[in-house]
Amino acid sequence: MSATILTRGTVTIDIALCKGCELCIPACPIDVLTMSEARNDRGEHYPELAPGCTGCGACYFVCPDFVFGIYEYETPKTISVPEGAAS
Amino acid sequence: MSVIDTTRPPSEPARQKWDTRPKLLIDGDHDLCPGCGEPIALRCMLEVIDEMGLSQSAIGAVGIGCYTALTSLLDTDMVQCLHGRAPSVATGIKRMRPQSLVYTMQGDGDMVNEGLQEIIHSAARGESITCLLLNNGVFGETGGHMTATTVIGQRTKNTLEGRDAAYHGHPISMTDLLTPLGGVGYVARSTVTTARDIQRTRRYFRKAFETQVAGKGLSFVEVLTMCPTGWFLPVQEGPSYLNETMSPVFRIGEFKVDGQIFTPGA
Repeated sequence: MSATILTRGTVTIDIALCKGCELCIPACPIDVLTMSEARNDRGEHYPELAPGCTGCGACYFVCPDFVFGIYEYETPKTISVPEGAAS
Repeated sequence: MSVIDTTRPPSEPARQKWDTRPKLLIDGDHDLCPGCGEPIALRCMLEVIDEMGLSQSAIGAVGIGCYTALTSLLDTDMVQCLHGRAPSVATGIKRMRPQSLVYTMQGDGDMVNEGLQEIIHSAARGESITCLLLNNGVFGETGGHMTATTVIGQRTKNTLEGRDAAYHGHPISMTDLLTPLGGVGYVARSTVTTARDIQRTRRYFRKAFETQVAGKGLSFVEVLTMCPTGWFLPVQEGPSYLNETMSPVFRIGEFKVDGQIFTPGA
């Protein structure tokens, strides 16, 4: 089962800079960020993005290690996300 | 669950709205602890300086604390000052170079414990500088012991049972000290725990720098920051601990705008 949502943008994640503080996880208003099982070169878990990001920038603002970059689509895009993943 | 590749920009036509790090930061890789609030406050300030087109004229006078490690990464002119003396050094810079944007960056230990008279006298003189206080309630750099802004009941390395007013005294609120002084044009306090708070912090920085540019006296912004290392907490609990212990004592909002006094939340 999947649903479609309209999104204005998405994020890039520079996992090498991440120190695994997890501040971005509760900051994300639609809960599409989760911590990875794998570890980066620092030995820390890092955030991974599930489908549904709208490019709102909440993770960008709260990140102390400047991991996130925000991209805005030239035209808003329709994407399919798992049912209940984004509300 | 499927994971999206976020190592490169999206393949669709898109523009970069916000870069990974502020333009005025030479390298995004810094050595502060995970979950620290200081780089978030610093980013707000750097982005505001850049937005206002003042990066070429900005000069920072920096105290001594964890944030001092960031000064070699900042792409504005910097002066490293002795403990607590940043407002006095900034006074000298501003008087010799009145066209420049002069700001100070100090922690609570540096400003309130070690150099309280410097900020008070600079404020009373009405120096046209912008002072930033990064308040986390502990001496983070030297191991997390109590400062003058540690709130009653807060556990630090030398107040393991919590700060006791009868034994350790009461915390000092810098906004309460500075707001009544005639030379002060702008006083505000914010936090960096949520995206909304961070947007507000950016707004306060902009008003503070505008106060300086307009020559309306000293502008002061206090930012409550997380120090999970100094608070001996798991890093994820930093923002909630700050909201539960510090925010009720240190009220958030603007206390003075253009010389007019306000009471936040009243």
